[in-house]
Amino acid sequence: MPNPSRIEVNCTTGEVLEIELTDAEVAELAYQAELAADAKAEEDRIAAQRAADKAALLDRLGITADEAALLLA
Amino acid sequence: MPTFTLISAVTVGSGGASTIDFTSIPSTYTDLVLKTSLRGPTGYASDTMDTYLRFNGTTTNYSDRLLYGTGSAAASLSETLTGINFRVVGQNSTASTFGNAEIYIPNYAGSSNKSVSVDAVTENNATSVLTQLEAGLWSNTAAINQITLVPFTTGFAQYSSAYLYGVSNA
Repeated sequence: MPNPSRIEVNCTTGEVLEIELTDAEVAELAYQAELAADAKAEEDRIAAQRAADKAALLDRLGITADEAALLLA
Repeated sequence: MPTFTLISAVTVGSGGASTIDFTSIPSTYTDLVLKTSLRGPTGYASDTMDTYLRFNGTTTNYSDRLLYGTGSAAASLSETLTGINFRVVGQNSTASTFGNAEIYIPNYAGSSNKSVSVDAVTENNATSVLTQLEAGLWSNTAAINQITLVPFTTGFAQYSSAYLYGVSNA
């Protein structure tokens, strides 16, 4: 199975090149994708934690999110 | 009367594309317009995928202010990233849908810092979709002669496309 390609368009000549990535480039791409997936998982975890913290705080205070927004306005 | 001239068009083939790169852009127009229809690669399990717009092969001096809606809320944020960032469709969105964007780059061949405006949406047969309006800045005085679309992860899916237009007498 061939490696994926990058597309390069020369806007002066109109030439379109589909350049197959080298094995090293594919490995680097996979590594970067893994890093990106890890970063996204961490972002999602933090967002979920913040949402849970917020809900717990509102619950402790006995007010709704709209009422909290009103207090801060 | 402004005229739009198609400079180049690209449609991604069956193998996908790791990047889409417009090189040797002529400096003969006043503005550039890039229209994109993009989807993340198979295996990228997310509703949306970040995509970066980079100029002249550089990854620095980009900033933007983004106003966005998610289908249930609206918000804004400031970003300093490795390119002007907007989101396209990921593989968790409805099959065969794509994220559409129109990107306007005025005075791209001038000697001032470059401003960029982005108007983009993702498509999904669900409540959760993303609309984005963005004011971007590339703090660099070089004329833009190369535009690269770089996905957050491994590539763009088949049938993703990008059309680069030159605007004269804008």
